[in-house]
Amino acid sequence: MATLSELKPIDAKSEAVLSNDEILRYSRHLIMPEVGMAGQQKLKAAKVLCIGAGGLGSPLALYLTAAGVGTLGIVDFDVVDYTNLQRQIIHSTADVGRKKLDSAADKLKAINPFVNLRTFDTKLTSANALDLFRDFDIVADGTDNFPTRYLVNDACVLTGKPNVYGSIFRFEGQASVFATEEGPCYRCLYPEPPPPGLVPSCAEGGVLGILPGLVGVIQATETIKLILGQGDSLVGRLLLVDALGMKFRELKLRKNPDCPVCGTHRTITKLIDYDQFCGIRGVESAPQGATEGKMAEISVEELKKKLDNKEDIFILDVREPHEYQICNLNGHLIPLNDLPKRVGELDSSREIVAHCKMGGRSAKAVAFLQQSGFKKVSNLTGGINAWAERVDPKMPKY
Amino acid sequence: MPQIQIPSPLRQYSGKQASVEVPAKTVGEALDGLVSQHPELKRHLYTDEGKLRAFVNVYVNDEDMRYLQKEATKLQDGDTISIVPSIAGGY
Repeated sequence: MATLSELKPIDAKSEAVLSNDEILRYSRHLIMPEVGMAGQQKLKAAKVLCIGAGGLGSPLALYLTAAGVGTLGIVDFDVVDYTNLQRQIIHSTADVGRKKLDSAADKLKAINPFVNLRTFDTKLTSANALDLFRDFDIVADGTDNFPTRYLVNDACVLTGKPNVYGSIFRFEGQASVFATEEGPCYRCLYPEPPPPGLVPSCAEGGVLGILPGLVGVIQATETIKLILGQGDSLVGRLLLVDALGMKFRELKLRKNPDCPVCGTHRTITKLIDYDQFCGIRGVESAPQGATEGKMAEISVEELKKKLDNKEDIFILDVREPHEYQICNLNGHLIPLNDLPKRVGELDSSREIVAHCKMGGRSAKAVAFLQQSGFKKVSNLTGGINAWAERVDPKMPKY
Repeated sequence: MPQIQIPSPLRQYSGKQASVEVPAKTVGEALDGLVSQHPELKRHLYTDEGKLRAFVNVYVNDEDMRYLQKEATKLQDGDTISIVPSIAGGY
C-alpha cells in the first residue's frame, strides 16, 4: 500500500491564491488540517481530465467541481438520451437531445463559477490521447468499453499521469489508482481484454443506477487525495464494491515485471490500435458461425411484411424473462444461455427469426442454431428496439 | 471447505449462485471442481486449449494466485477464492 505522501506530489503553483469569495466557499475544507489553505491551493492549481460525462463522469465532475479543482477537462462526444437519466445525474430531462458536454458545463458552472472548465468534443483516440493528457495532472477514467480502457491506461503510463480507475456492471464495481510510477497499471491486472461479446456491456447487461454514483464518488475521493497528498490511496489495491450484498472488499495488486507497457522489458512504447487489440483477441473464441460472415439477417420491415402476409414465421426471443415483460413480439422465449439445453423446443423445418433487444445476443443464437444444423434461421437486425422505432411506435423502447 | 466467490457477470453460468463451496486442497482442484459442478462456466474461464483466460484473475483471499504458486497454491479451510473478471462499464 502506498502512502500518498510517498508519491510524486502534484505541483501546486504559488499563484493559486484564493479570493475572499473562494475562502468562504471552501470554508469547510479550510478548517480541516488535512486540507487547509495549502491543500485548497493545491486543489485550485490541479488539472484533472475526466474521460466521459456519463455514469461515472457525472458524480466525478460534480464533486471535483464543488471541491474546487482549478481546471477540469471533460472529453465526450455523446448526446443525452432518456436511458441515461436513470444514473447520469449531471443531465436532466430537459437536456435530452443536447450534447453531454453542453449539459454538463451548464451544471458545473452553476455549482462553481471559479472552476476553469475545458471541454473536448471528441472521441478519445490513439491520435489525440497523449496531447490531451499532457495538459493535465490526473486522468479519471469514466468510459464504458475495453478499447478505451486500454487506451486510457497506456496513454497514462506513457505520459506519467495517474489513472483513477472505476468500472461497473449491474450491482458490482471496481476501483483503483493505476499508473503512478510506484504502482501497477491496468495491464498489470488484466494483460488482455476479454473476447468481444463475452462480457456484456451495461446496455445489454444493465446497471443499477446508484452504482456509478458509489464508484464515481470513490474515484473523486481518490483524485482529491492524490492532489492533497493525504491518506492511503488505492494504488496497489483493487476495491471491489458489491451493492447487492453491500460489501466492500479489497485485493492486492502488484506491478507485473513482465507488463508490456510498464514492466522492465516494455514492448508497447507508443499508442496502438485498441479496437484491433480488443477485436483480434476475440476472433479465436467467437462462435464459428459468426466469423464466417454468413449470418442471415432480416429487417424489422421485412418481418412485418411476412407476418402481415400470414407467412409461417416462428419468432424466437432470446432475451431474459424480465425483458420480455417490458415488451415482446409474442415470440417463444428462450434466454440465450438456456438455448443449448432447450434447443429441442425448436422445429428446424420452420422459418425461425431470432431477436433480442438490439441484435447482439440473437446473432449468437443464430450462429449457435446454424452450427446445430438449423438452415432457415435469421437474425432480426436491430432487435426489438428497431421494431419499436420503425414498426410499432406504441411499443416502449428500453 | 474453500469457498469460491462468483462475480455477477458469471453468475448466470453458476445457477445464479454468488458463492460455491468446493472440496479442494489446491486452487487448481477447486477450479476443476467448480467447472465440473457448473460446466457452462468452463468456456468462460478457460480457452479451448484449457488455459485460464487472461482477463480472468483468481485471488486466494486478497492475493493474486499469479504471485503465489498459481494453480498449485495450497488451500486452508476457510480460504476464499475470488474470480475477478475485467468489467468495463461506466457510462
